[in-house]
Amino acid sequence: MRPALARATSALPKASRAGLAIDAWGIGTLAVAGLMAAPVLAVFTLAIAPSDDIWGHLARTVLPHYTRTTLALMLGVGVGVFAVGTGTAWLVTMCRFPGRAVFAWALLLPLAVPAYIIAYVYTDILEYAGPVQGALRGLFGWSSPKDYWFPEIRSLTGAIAMMTLVLYPYVYALARAAFLEQSVCVLEVSRLLGRGPWRSFASVALPLARPAIVIGVSLALMETLNDFGTVDYFAVYTFTAGIYDVWLNMNSTSGAAQLATVMLVLVLALIAAERWARRRLRFHHTTNRYRQLPTYRLDRVPAALAVTACATPIVLGFVVPSAVLIDYSIGASANTPVADFTVYALNSLTLSSMAALLATGIGLFMAYGVRLGRGRAVRAATRLASVGYAVPGAVLAIGVVIPLARLDNAVDAFMGDVFGVSTGLLLSGTLAAVTYGYLVRFLALSFGTVDASLAKVTPSMDGAARTLGSAPLGALRRVHLPLMRGSILAAAILVFVDSMKELPMTLILRPFNFETLATYVYQFASRELLEQCAPAALAIVAAGVLPVILLSMAITRSRPGQWEGRRAPA
Amino acid sequence: MNTLRPLMKVLAPNPRTAFGAVLLATVLGVPGSPVPASAQGEVNLYSYRQPFLIQPLLDAFTAKTGIAVNVVFAPKGVLERLKAEGANSPADAVLTVDIGRLHDMVEAGVLRPVESPTLRMNIPAQYRHPEGLWFGLTTRARVFYVSKDRVAPGTISSYEDLARPDLKGRVCIRSGKHDYNVSLIASVIADRGLDEARAWLTGVRANLARKPQGNDRAQAKAIYESLCDVAVANTYYMAAMVTNESEPEQKKWAAATRIVFPNSDGRGTHVNVSGAAVTKSAKNVDNAVRLIEFLSEDFAQELYAETNYEYPVKVGVALHPLVESWGTFKADSVNLTEVAKRRAAASRLVDVVGFDFGGGGS
Repeated sequence: MRPALARATSALPKASRAGLAIDAWGIGTLAVAGLMAAPVLAVFTLAIAPSDDIWGHLARTVLPHYTRTTLALMLGVGVGVFAVGTGTAWLVTMCRFPGRAVFAWALLLPLAVPAYIIAYVYTDILEYAGPVQGALRGLFGWSSPKDYWFPEIRSLTGAIAMMTLVLYPYVYALARAAFLEQSVCVLEVSRLLGRGPWRSFASVALPLARPAIVIGVSLALMETLNDFGTVDYFAVYTFTAGIYDVWLNMNSTSGAAQLATVMLVLVLALIAAERWARRRLRFHHTTNRYRQLPTYRLDRVPAALAVTACATPIVLGFVVPSAVLIDYSIGASANTPVADFTVYALNSLTLSSMAALLATGIGLFMAYGVRLGRGRAVRAATRLASVGYAVPGAVLAIGVVIPLARLDNAVDAFMGDVFGVSTGLLLSGTLAAVTYGYLVRFLALSFGTVDASLAKVTPSMDGAARTLGSAPLGALRRVHLPLMRGSILAAAILVFVDSMKELPMTLILRPFNFETLATYVYQFASRELLEQCAPAALAIVAAGVLPVILLSMAITRSRPGQWEGRRAPA
Repeated sequence: MNTLRPLMKVLAPNPRTAFGAVLLATVLGVPGSPVPASAQGEVNLYSYRQPFLIQPLLDAFTAKTGIAVNVVFAPKGVLERLKAEGANSPADAVLTVDIGRLHDMVEAGVLRPVESPTLRMNIPAQYRHPEGLWFGLTTRARVFYVSKDRVAPGTISSYEDLARPDLKGRVCIRSGKHDYNVSLIASVIADRGLDEARAWLTGVRANLARKPQGNDRAQAKAIYESLCDVAVANTYYMAAMVTNESEPEQKKWAAATRIVFPNSDGRGTHVNVSGAAVTKSAKNVDNAVRLIEFLSEDFAQELYAETNYEYPVKVGVALHPLVESWGTFKADSVNLTEVAKRRAAASRLVDVVGFDFGGGGS
């Protein structure tokens, strides 16, 4: 049932005899992808230098532990974000129960909370001296940790829980968009053939949404891999912890780059494996019959269960950390002048907007370039360009520093030789460098989202547009873009929200005397003084809330046929 | 639909030129360093230290000299940025919080030697590079916090004691991979040799009350919670807890513990330095040297002592009364470069004995 309905009927119109315009797309895509991949390539280059038997040492000692922990963490977070993200997306899209309209957008809210903040907040609440255990001790008269068992928050399980809470919205956003975009025909056929709601979900909706869900899960997993703040705070030793150790304690940049390279190769292999497993299955929508989706009404017990399932991640991932931050803010010694604070906030907003705009544009450009079928080189280049997300931020920042400085120094030398003037560093240490860093880091978000959306547009549309005389650009503008509006906005907002939280690259790449909200918070949080900067931390969360609501509206509107005056399904 | 329109306007008409324009605006329209140089010039700092800790000192320097100070703070990657930027790097000086970073920079050849009678006079030889490549500005001692109730005075007095069998299940410490612990272990290697250090660290691991975790304050908290009796931590965190008005809870942690200066009868307590260096690429060398000299003089040294509870390197500068109340101690006289050279070995030792996996954790 699945393949028959989901498979495409025609392949993309391949430009076998490439015209000029198409060549420009191909070359342009390669050039842009190359520009975005340069930092990752720089990390590979660093890895070529010898590293003083670091592998032998690691293999004999901690490498097995790092590997086990990393795999367990990824498995835990992968299963967690899949279950929470897909489950809630299905409930909110396909079922009717009290509060559904609120849940639809509120489920995205935890996206606005940085992982290191949620880790800090929950440790405060759940550790031995925290209010929860304190209350339990008061209640049962226990007096020491030996009297009872309580789960240790600073553990692998704790890290899995924290990351699942802040990362499931990626899966939720993409899965919900995919569920909304499905044609009602498919579901009707499924029901005609006697499948109930659950089996329709498992055998029709889920496979159709697979490309989107896979992208959501892989984004969450890449973010898990690059995380250092949470695992470091929880004393969970992953590959990333190993990379930083080799780099900073053993003073071996090449050893660290080698570890990072191995990690990246694994990520690329995982992505390739999933693509291979999907092989020739294509998931286009072949019909344009979109009516309001048939929803299942839930009452009493099922409704209560649905409400609980949707409310839990929101409360744990957003309400609790926000409440704690508000509580800290009230007690905070207000030592930051409002004027400074405004500047930090403006810096964050400007950088994040710029990154969102550019990342979406580049993501769209690359995804469309790939669709125009410029072959393996283009596809491989775009893969490499969007894998920066899996690299630990500080390592990727070094990858950005190196090619930029090399370019600057080359220009300076050239200008010196030819005109006798020194241009110094034109790009290094400027906001352009920071923006470039954000793009390299977050391109996976925009490219992935846009690519998934583009994949759902059946190639026969391209064919039709081209037959009717549209050039690729015209087809993109008049055919694809209108179909993809929601996903494009979603891509921009994902990049925006992540940029607001971005830390390691900002720290390393920024100009003199430049603070964002995140770097400002960090200088206190790194001394475990989060209370003192709680208002700024709260501002990061708050700045994410509005875009997140916009994102939800965009997703809701992304349902084709939505702008023909029908009422939104949610 | 209305929310989408502005975005679509940018995206749809002609994506390539629109992005090009924005990119160009980013590159050209936004200058990198918006700080105008003052009449007296400026000095550009790359700092491993949190700005809020050093800003009062820098402000005082600017007020006194008219020299503007521009700062980039980054906890890692400063060395790599300096290396990549090469001779064109705008950085004139570097501030660090650990001997490790200073040593790495010496090895990478990104520092320039400074000859300054003021610095030689103010900073004891032990705390500066023999050729003037770096200068220590403050020291911090890596001491024990011990339980006032459960540890009798005099019973634990050296780092070696941490491995004693009767301390089984009573020792708390942060990750062995933290800079401060790596340097401490390196100092043990410098004194005892690698084999003895391995036996010692294995013994300490066997005594851990819990898996190494948290920061230095968290260890005092663990003693307060009766999770352990002896912790290893830097001195200034104790003062930060005692005086913490915004988190008065921490005063209780501090009150449960007392400071012991290890190895007072032997080689002395391990100390680390926060320091400064002038970069090879420096364009404002004189200003950079002036800044470091300023930081080594009485006024700045007192401010360091007062606001950060660190030990001034300059002899004769008054300590913070609280710090003074802990008493005087003997600092390990080993040359810090000898310690820094053994950091990689120390970090490997942490892996070899599986230190961070000790204490019953996974």
